[in-house]
Amino acid sequence: MNGVLLDVANLTMRFGGLTAIDDLSFSAQAGHITAIIGPNGAGKTTVFNCITGFYKPTLGRIALARDSATFDLAQMSGHKIASAAHVARTFQNIRLFPRMTVLENLIVAQHNKLMCASGYTIAGLFGLPSYRKAERNAVAKARGWLERIGLVDRADDEAGTLHYGAQRKLEIARALCTDPVLLCLDEPAAGLNARESAELNRLLLDIRATDGVSLLLIEHDMNVVMGISDHIVVLDYGKRIANGTPDAVRADPAVIRAYLGEPDAVESA
Amino acid sequence: MEYFLQQTINGITLGAVYGLIAIGYTMVYGIVGMINFAHGEIYMIGAFIAVIAFTLLGMMGVTWVPAAVLIVLVTAMLFTAAYGWAVERIAYRPLRGSFRLAPLISAIGMSIFLQNYVQLLQGARVKSIQPIVTGAIPLIETGHFQVAVTYIQILIVTLTIALMISFSLLITRTRFGRAQRACEQDQTMAALLGIDVDRTISMTFMIGAILAAVAGVMVTLYYGVVDFFIGFQAGIKAFAAAVLGGIGSLPGAMLGGFLIGLVEAYWSAYFSIEYKDIATFSILILVLIFRPSGLLGRPDVEKV
Amino acid sequence: MSRVTTSRGANHMAVAALKDAGLAGFVALMLAVPLVGFRTIEVGSGLGLQTRFDWVAYCVIAVIAGRLILNFWPPHWRIRRRAKAPHVSNAQHRTTMKLVALGGIGFAVALPFLPFADRYVIDLAITILIYVMLGWGLNIVVGLAGLLDLGYVAFYAVGAYSFALGSRYWGLNFWEALPMAGALAAMLGVLLGFPVLRLRGDYLAIVTLGFGEMIRLLIINLQSFTGGPNGVSGIPRPSFFGFPFAREAEAGGPMPFHELFGLDYSTQHRFIFLYFIILALALITNAFTQRIRRMPIGRAWEALREDEIACKALGINPTNTKLTAFTIGAMFGGFAGAFFATRQGFISPESFNFLESAFILAIVVLGGMGSQIGIVIATILLVALPEVGREFAEFRMLLFGAAMIAIMVWRPYGLLSRRSPTIQLGSGA
Repeated sequence: MNGVLLDVANLTMRFGGLTAIDDLSFSAQAGHITAIIGPNGAGKTTVFNCITGFYKPTLGRIALARDSATFDLAQMSGHKIASAAHVARTFQNIRLFPRMTVLENLIVAQHNKLMCASGYTIAGLFGLPSYRKAERNAVAKARGWLERIGLVDRADDEAGTLHYGAQRKLEIARALCTDPVLLCLDEPAAGLNARESAELNRLLLDIRATDGVSLLLIEHDMNVVMGISDHIVVLDYGKRIANGTPDAVRADPAVIRAYLGEPDAVESA
Repeated sequence: MEYFLQQTINGITLGAVYGLIAIGYTMVYGIVGMINFAHGEIYMIGAFIAVIAFTLLGMMGVTWVPAAVLIVLVTAMLFTAAYGWAVERIAYRPLRGSFRLAPLISAIGMSIFLQNYVQLLQGARVKSIQPIVTGAIPLIETGHFQVAVTYIQILIVTLTIALMISFSLLITRTRFGRAQRACEQDQTMAALLGIDVDRTISMTFMIGAILAAVAGVMVTLYYGVVDFFIGFQAGIKAFAAAVLGGIGSLPGAMLGGFLIGLVEAYWSAYFSIEYKDIATFSILILVLIFRPSGLLGRPDVEKV
Repeated sequence: MSRVTTSRGANHMAVAALKDAGLAGFVALMLAVPLVGFRTIEVGSGLGLQTRFDWVAYCVIAVIAGRLILNFWPPHWRIRRRAKAPHVSNAQHRTTMKLVALGGIGFAVALPFLPFADRYVIDLAITILIYVMLGWGLNIVVGLAGLLDLGYVAFYAVGAYSFALGSRYWGLNFWEALPMAGALAAMLGVLLGFPVLRLRGDYLAIVTLGFGEMIRLLIINLQSFTGGPNGVSGIPRPSFFGFPFAREAEAGGPMPFHELFGLDYSTQHRFIFLYFIILALALITNAFTQRIRRMPIGRAWEALREDEIACKALGINPTNTKLTAFTIGAMFGGFAGAFFATRQGFISPESFNFLESAFILAIVVLGGMGSQIGIVIATILLVALPEVGREFAEFRMLLFGAAMIAIMVWRPYGLLSRRSPTIQLGSGA
């Protein structure tokens, strides 16, 4: 598990006249937790949307190297990125299936695998044993995740009835049920209290360690970012202004300027 | 050639009517993001009110045509606006924030309700009135064929263009227009800035209804026949016009209206009159598939 | 016209409530004067008017009174919009539903042999079952996959015409035509669905509506092939697997049904047989739906209804998934259409207009999108009530338009809105 997993090169995204991302390049190492930070409106979520196929970038290349294959995510449609390149994501404003149960949410995430096992539904309709076995496995996997996020006893409740923090965790678990190599988390700690965000830190570190999933996250909560990231990319106005380890980024004058504004005396460039 | 010219004149007239209805679709879509399915019915109600008002004026002995047309226009606009307001208040406002399909289903319910409401109250038979605005200006006369533009066609097109200009000014220049555009962008923010969102939405529905009423009066004058079912077809065609022009765009609605009107006129003239509706529906489907943002619309960026 | 909630004394409240009622009354007056107050009547060659100002007065008084009652209604009596249903566990709920379903099926099977089941009752039951089947078919599209299809009747028409024309031109019998009707409708579903299912929900609604109208217009205009507005008549009745329902055998033909079973000839046999065909078709539709809901594809439909963007992020191909729902729904519409043709013996384009689509949609919406039993209840309400009160029939469409609005406002998930999970932790692991 080493080397570059995700390589973003010269990514540019324009909406009409507005350039949301301007010639951005960065890479994420396999087995690392990479964070993208930056002030509001810096283009972080747009980067995510480009990586996960919700936007088609105006220019640039997004390469994902998995096993020995390389996928150009900029040229793939959203669902293919999840099913073929195995990049999963969560959303800033949680997107669960609120009227389905917690367990069903996790089963739907294993759709493609189950679809094959059900022989594109035909074998499944006749209840072939191979399908039933696949479904049992899917439930076992879901149960495993529910145990890890502490929601086993809520498995049969509607996802919409969970409280906010539990919904965040469920969304992460659901993304992981797709067996990703890279998980993109869009502000996973937003709206969590201190205890919950510490729990989230532990969960994310555990995901990297035991499941071998690399993480890419957007976050405002500096406790999360500085506490767990191996590598940080700082964006401002769609451009990369810094790139490095948490300590290096923390000390970078450009970052301080972006967050705190221009000091009165112009610093030497 | 003469025939082509005549069809162009007819198509533009028809297109003006579709354009007026299409503006209602476009404005409502812009502000609440839903297709007001009952809008065709609002137009039908406008036409019925026109028939009733013309008959009433006839019985009262108002025979000077300009006065009669003006009175009927104002009456139809006023009462139809009340219908526009009520439809929004009853069927749509309680559903803001409900699930995705709810307002659409409610709108279909409203459309069915209004159709049957008018049918029950006014009867299912076709209502026809005597021609009121008559006469025409001959343009070209060849041996066997005469190209003419009738006064009513002139009235329809000029009135439509005048209304179009005044409503564009209303949207771009006035306080209401500013509020309207603000609500289109972001209702929560508009409310925080002290705009009465409910009122703005109500006003939008009323304006749509007023323009539909004008279309209803014009159609009554043009064809002289009205029944409770005319809203359905006109509604789909006007919607096709709104989509073709780019939904959310006022000039687009007008342009789309004229184009649909022309297509219909040419199609009936050169191909077959039976298939003219199929031609319109095909345009609607093709535009939605290949250029969902229409001719003048902004592309729709999916918010994630 | 928000609720009157002020603490500055009852007096103030009363004034506000009166004002509100007055405003509502004024609007009612504006609405009623032109269309209720005047009625156009044909007088000789032109139009005359009749006035009904007393009706206007009743309308205005009714609205004011209604508004006053609403305003002074004690707040705790008001219907809570999203009131929580009394808590019943999933297991309990499932057992009750199972009992209701079994009871219903038992009753349906026994119906033709009950003493009151004359020809009229069986005929009505057949009509109800056709709509139940159509409702269940459309439910796959609207209720499960969340796609608003306003042209469902097009598939029904294709099914009906493929049997009617199949028998006319190629001499197909009902059992041969039935699979063909389903297949043709499904094919049409794919053809339409493939390009349009990418569209947003409300555009899809309009396109399917336009498509439904196109099919109807095509049937009307392709006169030499379809019979045009005059329709197709003389569609063969189904035989009992080759044995006709006739008094006498045709020369050289198989013996009639009643002789086969040694019964006395009765015209009712054929109706009972038709009844059982549609009952079986409907039950197959139901069993299929229940089963496919528990398949990955069925769960993906429901997930798409809930959140399409999240589905994409999970690697579900939205277009293909929607297409399967659309196609399967179309197929059941086609089956129902073939049955409709054989039952009527005569079909014409007028049976397949937009109101028919709207009616089926109303059944699904009223029943609670996704609820199979709800659809049965809704169909019985919408089909049987107008039969009970004939004077009521005139208002049928008016009332169901109003019901669609009311349901969306008060119970957007329908009469029976409880959804049973497709899998539970206890059951699979």
